[in-house]
Amino acid sequence: MNRLRFSKNFLYVPLVFMAIFYLIPLYVMLVTSFKSFAEVDLKTMWNLPAGIHFDNFIEAYSKLAPSLWNSFAMVIPAAVLSSMLGSLNGYIFAKWKFRGADLIFPLILFGMFIPYQSILIPLVQFMNAVGIKGLVGLTLTHIIYGIPITTLTFRNYYASLPQELLEAAKIDGADLLKIYRHILLPISIPSFVVVLIWQFTSAWNDFLFAVVLTGNKDWPITVALNNMAGSQIIAWNVQMAGSLLTALPPLLVYILAGRYFLRGLLAGSLKG
Amino acid sequence: MRKFFADKDRVLSVVLVLPSILAVLIFIYGFIGWTVRVSLSKWKGLNPDYTWNGLTNYINLFSDPRFAVDVRNTVIFTSVFVVGTILLGFFLAVLLDQGLKGEGFFRSLFLFPMAISYIVTGVVWRWLMNPATGTRTSGFNLLFSYLHLDFLQNAWHTTPTWGIAAVALAAIWQMSGYTMALYLAGLRAIPHELREAAQIDGASDLQIYRFVILPLLTPVTLSALIILGHMSLKVFDLIIAIAGKQLPLDVPAIYMWQTTFDGLFYGRGAAISILLLISVAVLIIPYIIYTLRTETFK
Amino acid sequence: MKRLSLTLLGLLMIFTIVLSACGTTPTSAPAQPTAPQEASQPTNPPSQPSGGKQQVEVFSWWTGGGEAAGLEAMIKVFKAQYPDIEFINAAVAGGAGTNARAVLASRLQAGDPPDSWQGHAGQELIGTYVAGNQIQPLNDLYESEGWLEVMPETLIPLISQDGKIYSVPVNIHRANVLWYNPKILKENNINVPTTIDEWFAAMDTLKAAGVTPLALGEQWTKMHLLETVLLGTLGPDAYNGLWNGKTDWGSPEVKVALQNFAKLLTYANSDSASLSWQDASQLVVNGDAAFNVMGDWAEGYFRELGKTPQVDYGWAPVPGTAGTFQFLSDSFVLAAGAPHPDGAIAWLKIAGSKAGQEAFNPVKGSICARIDCDKSLFGEYLQSAMNDWATNTVVGSLTHGVVANDSWKSEIDTALGLFVQNGDVDAFQAALVAACKSSGPCK
Repeated sequence: MNRLRFSKNFLYVPLVFMAIFYLIPLYVMLVTSFKSFAEVDLKTMWNLPAGIHFDNFIEAYSKLAPSLWNSFAMVIPAAVLSSMLGSLNGYIFAKWKFRGADLIFPLILFGMFIPYQSILIPLVQFMNAVGIKGLVGLTLTHIIYGIPITTLTFRNYYASLPQELLEAAKIDGADLLKIYRHILLPISIPSFVVVLIWQFTSAWNDFLFAVVLTGNKDWPITVALNNMAGSQIIAWNVQMAGSLLTALPPLLVYILAGRYFLRGLLAGSLKG
Repeated sequence: MRKFFADKDRVLSVVLVLPSILAVLIFIYGFIGWTVRVSLSKWKGLNPDYTWNGLTNYINLFSDPRFAVDVRNTVIFTSVFVVGTILLGFFLAVLLDQGLKGEGFFRSLFLFPMAISYIVTGVVWRWLMNPATGTRTSGFNLLFSYLHLDFLQNAWHTTPTWGIAAVALAAIWQMSGYTMALYLAGLRAIPHELREAAQIDGASDLQIYRFVILPLLTPVTLSALIILGHMSLKVFDLIIAIAGKQLPLDVPAIYMWQTTFDGLFYGRGAAISILLLISVAVLIIPYIIYTLRTETFK
Repeated sequence: MKRLSLTLLGLLMIFTIVLSACGTTPTSAPAQPTAPQEASQPTNPPSQPSGGKQQVEVFSWWTGGGEAAGLEAMIKVFKAQYPDIEFINAAVAGGAGTNARAVLASRLQAGDPPDSWQGHAGQELIGTYVAGNQIQPLNDLYESEGWLEVMPETLIPLISQDGKIYSVPVNIHRANVLWYNPKILKENNINVPTTIDEWFAAMDTLKAAGVTPLALGEQWTKMHLLETVLLGTLGPDAYNGLWNGKTDWGSPEVKVALQNFAKLLTYANSDSASLSWQDASQLVVNGDAAFNVMGDWAEGYFRELGKTPQVDYGWAPVPGTAGTFQFLSDSFVLAAGAPHPDGAIAWLKIAGSKAGQEAFNPVKGSICARIDCDKSLFGEYLQSAMNDWATNTVVGSLTHGVVANDSWKSEIDTALGLFVQNGDVDAFQAALVAACKSSGPCK
């Protein structure tokens, strides 16, 4: 296991140094969110708060709470459905290449890279023309624009599985869906974790689609957070508390599922 | 009998992916087509005007001094961001790959910025990179003065010409955890026997990394390059959050947004986004083709 | 095409539901033509039956601080008057990436307008929404409510085209205000400058004394400074001529104004690009800088900071602009094809009423667009502004949508941004001439 042959303890020096770099912005957010309004001043931004003011969090929560639930109601189905679609697509593009699949797959893939600003206006027009509005429209949008990356991740994973696995099942008389359900799905969990995390985070943090597709009753939390700041005085302590609340769910997902995330990356999204 | 099943499955396979294909056709290619059409029109103002304008919108951009600033900034941002993120991510991955105690903790720590929206982190970085001097010094500059490292103080994103590189620093912070995870996964996938064999042959650690590990990680580097590269071409909210809409830090995505929604130059805005798309495509399409082709030959 | 895409989407949704087998059933609505007249209820979720209850959706960018509080105060007046109409406050913050404008533009293009929205009185409305047939004239409302008698005469032409009045202004702000720190001026024996040359001299003194003479913020605050310098150098008549094509943008006088502007920039703080307007104005009240040019919303900000007029901050017209009131005004419009026209009219009645404006303006920190508001409701600064509004020559602001349409303004903004980078006055002037030709009245 000893990969580099000098004292391992020495390695903690750069590691801790980097950790500090990563923690600096978080530190600033945390101390500011606990300060009272009068204490917030750029000149003393590194100072610890004089006392612990939980009221900032209470105030931020009271403003953000309705949107928090909107976000969950939108993000969870969006992440789950786009992962399922991606898994199914990935399976077919990896193992059931129909005629033209090799042409269509890159076309789908390319969708991952388009700048979303360029499709914003047709998107709003389309959603309005078909009458899908608010959270449902936003969820659908995230599902659709999630298809390329979820398809790619699953396809790469399934492509790495030996063809013999399927052949054996086929000989036993299993059809396309049975193979998927009984053989592939059970071993796809790490890929699902990667994709779910990815989709959860990007849908949660999205602002662009949310702000044009939803109205004030179904705003997700990023829009509500943005609206907390007016154009006059900005209560930075409350703003930072709100920012932390907004960041908390994806943060928890990363911390809790970080291990699986890595395992999933290892299993799927890299070409080995 | 087996053939019958295969045919049924063949149809089913198409039916199952059809919804996704149709959605992608409409929501991506249909909308891109619409944008292309707008970029070739005279549309200016709130109401659509599809009067044919040929390539005028594109030609004008090439003599537009603002677009020149955008191109310069994009080149600087992309270089700093991509190189910085890959180097830092690789460095962190190698550190974490040494089997140290607390690896899980550090890994989560390096990953967490990825989970946070630019809208949240942008403000913090705006504070950290405050260029004020004298009694109003704050942010990193103040921290440097606490640490007696005053020579490090600088104007960050307000530095002429190179200011955009400071914004790239925030982006590196945000995304280097991701490349770390990619590299770490890549390192873990390398069989121990390879390293051991090299050690037995008398290779030094550095030599092992240089001649054994790095070549094996080429696909990882390539994926990272592509993902980071296209992200940096699209960068938008981070710059807005840190610096607002100001010309020295202008990039194509901001110009597109401003000229479309503030200036109502829909034709020009569409042309910018198509150019952006083309530059992404130039990067992505060879990658996609290369990846698929190498797979087929495997 | 639409039918086809509908079918495709329908297919897609069916598959999605079948595959997931879990019940996020999207409410599929029948196809609706995109024509604004037949647009359905915006933004309220379909699950909420309106049950005959009336609604009005009002879009603005007033989401925080005094503006949001002012809007709330006005909504309160509305609710007291029209308890049966549900008020939907669709405010979107204007901050990052001018979200509010993008949201409004995309909704309008999708044929899904809010009933009423906020816009700056002047060319921002006329050149954008009237030109786009997105709003309805309000002459009947003005007559029935008697507003023609209580709104200033100079204001009506700015919100009208071809004799049709298009919006209801709720407030007036002044753009050409010079804020200063009385203590710093006194310490350096400086009188408040009244001409641009006096201003330069004062700032030379301050610079020599090691004080930052001028506080400046991000790019739009520089455009704000530019418009006041154009006014201060050219005078009101020639300034107005810039916007109707009578003053030549290429003239030597304009060049002098641009040179003055260039010189002003040399007195500014070096970190201007990193400061919001609040940060920049705050430098003056905190004693970190002597002067700042900002609209009079800054006064509301100073008071929120707990600062005292005449002690922590003083004000004067921007040098060279005494006797001129460079104004801007927030106003509300009636959407063409408003989904709830009755609610929209009710809202506009409140927005133009004395009660509505008296509720809104003291909180927002602006003066009423009506001239019959009770002066005693306002603080010291606003009372002085009310006096000036009644007596001064009135000209419009560029940065805040009065004199130039959006396209023209955005071209000027780009030219300004390039100028701040390269300092080339001639190129700047040439770009301004070109902007007037491409998007303004110049030929």
